[in-house]
Amino acid sequence: MKILVPVKRVPDPATTIRVLPDGSGIATDNVKWVINPFCEIAIEEALRIKEKQTGEVVLVSVGQTNWQEQLRTGLAMGADRAILVKTDAPLDSLAIAGILAKIAGDEKPDLIILGKQAIDDDANQIGQMLAEMLGWPQATFASKIEIGADKTTVVREVDGGLETIAFKLPAVITTDLRLNEPRYASLPGIMKARKKEMKEIAADSLGLDLAPKLKVKTMAAPPKRQAGRKVASVQELVAVLHTEAKVI
Amino acid sequence: MGDVLVFAEHQGGHFPKTTLVAIHAGLELAKKRGGNAIAVVAGDAPEGAAGEIAKYGVSKVIALAHPALKNYLADAHAQALAALAKKTGAEFLLATATAMGKDLFPRLAARLGAPMASEITAISDDHTFVRPTYAGNVMATVELDGPIKVLTVRGTAYDAAKPGDALAPVEKQDAEIDTASLKMEFVSFNATKNDRPQLTEARIIVSGGRGLKSGENFKTVLEPLVDEMGAAMGASRAAVDAGFVPNDLQVGQTGKVVAPELYIAVGISGAIQHLAGMKDSKVICAINKDEEAPIFAVADYGLVADLFKAVPEMAEEVKKLKHS
Ligand SMILES: Cc1cc2nc3c(=O)[nH]c(=O)nc-3n(C[C@H](O)[C@H](O)[C@H](O)COP(=O)(O)OP(=O)(O)OC[C@H]3O[C@@H](n4cnc5c(N)ncnc54)[C@H](O)[C@@H]3O)c2cc1C
Ligand SMILES: Cc1cc2nc3c(=O)[nH]c(=O)nc-3n(C[C@H](O)[C@H](O)[C@H](O)COP(=O)(O)OP(=O)(O)OC[C@H]3O[C@@H](n4cnc5c(N)ncnc54)[C@H](O)[C@@H]3O)c2cc1C
Repeated sequence: MKILVPVKRVPDPATTIRVLPDGSGIATDNVKWVINPFCEIAIEEALRIKEKQTGEVVLVSVGQTNWQEQLRTGLAMGADRAILVKTDAPLDSLAIAGILAKIAGDEKPDLIILGKQAIDDDANQIGQMLAEMLGWPQATFASKIEIGADKTTVVREVDGGLETIAFKLPAVITTDLRLNEPRYASLPGIMKARKKEMKEIAADSLGLDLAPKLKVKTMAAPPKRQAGRKVASVQELVAVLHTEAKVI
Repeated sequence: MGDVLVFAEHQGGHFPKTTLVAIHAGLELAKKRGGNAIAVVAGDAPEGAAGEIAKYGVSKVIALAHPALKNYLADAHAQALAALAKKTGAEFLLATATAMGKDLFPRLAARLGAPMASEITAISDDHTFVRPTYAGNVMATVELDGPIKVLTVRGTAYDAAKPGDALAPVEKQDAEIDTASLKMEFVSFNATKNDRPQLTEARIIVSGGRGLKSGENFKTVLEPLVDEMGAAMGASRAAVDAGFVPNDLQVGQTGKVVAPELYIAVGISGAIQHLAGMKDSKVICAINKDEEAPIFAVADYGLVADLFKAVPEMAEEVKKLKHS
């Protein structure tokens, strides 16, 4: 089974994010860059499927040269090779999904596993767009994946419970938090990763219309919530909630 | 031109508050743009539900019918809505960012080749919207170009639309779906057992964190307070990951976003990812034994205490108050 895993580079979730004063972006000094946590879960799932059935796990990023660092980490986790589609231009979701669809057309994977959301731009779009562009089934927010001989079954985390859907491969699946616990890259894994293939493709060379239909105009810090006060006892707490805040 | 198609998600004919939020946002956008807000109710027999949503101020309700729309599946729904959007010439497609809205709308946008902004919280003008990013640390203003624009709205960004006396006309349409191309199959839905209010509907939410230490303690310590207050129960990711409570109770950046009148955080430290899901609550109250816990920086009322002592006491106090 061949599995394609799109990977995004994001600031470490523990980083405190500050917006630049001119609103053009976030301050990137002191930012540690990591693989988007949901993409790590996607890589882990792909590796587990491969370990059960043999096959190949191919990583793909649409980003700048330094995204190689995260692809290398994914290779060290155990992925077989990586593709970096290089671009410095700001792309919207349609363009990124379009590029991934093109790569999928060339690579012909049986399965594409993505994160459900990138923890920086928080769009939660790429997997669903990609599925539509390829005309494939989609299973977002996956918490369990079972690949059967005929059908694949996915348990999805939805409002109010868990939903199970089924389909034939090829398909697009996006990962939720509790699908698995990603492994760490081992030292031998890191050594091996250095020799694994990392192919670079220029986004402009793909012959796609990448002009964004969505532009980010400005970025700003949200209004700050004022801290209130400490109360001394449970009795006081219930009293202020009743008489002052009037919420109970 | 300028019409807004609002996808009116329903649960077996019932409209949750989240749907009424989309209707409200749709009405506001239509007014700004000088168009009409049109609700779309999809299903195998959606007419009954369509009649229900007709009283919420929209100009028209389209009951979009097809046997393939019986259970929600992304491929059939995206086809049906995309075809309808083209036929009506609507400029905007809008839904609330529920699990269904998040699953469906990007697929729909791709089918239409239309740009999409996720989880908007404000409409700046008819093609510029504000959306939270970076776990709510950055408000991004995004501009969408093109004849069709696709949006999901955050469930906490608008109040629910209010019913009025006027009833909008309901128009039944057969959905255009190429059934031979459908590839997804609904197997089952396993509802979380829950007799309490939904997180996204509740006036009061009591959430527990890792400080509760076990699922058993959620039951014996937290739930009596939750029920005494008639509240919904929520949780931090750490509590869900530890298996104390079901997954769909997670509040936060990657769980549910809530903004009740009162949010009580118990044994929750206040990580940025948790705050992202509750910091717009009207009143926030925190109980934590660590006075340095970051949750206190957003709490209107903080109580530094051992929750195992404070929570049962609080349940008692609330009970007394109710009977006074
Ligand atoms: C603040 C801000 C807000 C933005 N908002 C929008 C918006 O609302 N709509 C829009 O069209 N554009 C938007 N963009 C443009 C931007 O390019 C986004 O990265 C893009 O929309 C994808 O959203 P996301 O990164 O949140 O991905 P999501 O859709 O949340 O990511 C899901 C998964 O897709 C895969 N993936 C995402 N990006 C890549 C990539 N570059 N390479 C490989 N795999 C990837 C990963 O597996 C990831 O886990 C925004 C940009 C910024 C800076
Ligand atoms: C990609 C990603 C996504 C995430 N998404 C979310 C999300 O959506 N929602 C979310 O909540 N988190 C999310 N997180 C996790 C988040 O970063 C925190 O780890 C999590 O919120 C911590 O949960 P907690 O506050 O229950 O646990 P802790 O941080 O361990 O805090 C427990 C608190 O309980 C207090 N306590 C302990 N015992 C007692 C006692 N007896 N009495 C009173 N107080 C006590 C402690 O003082 C402490 O403050 C995400 C993280 C990542 C990386």
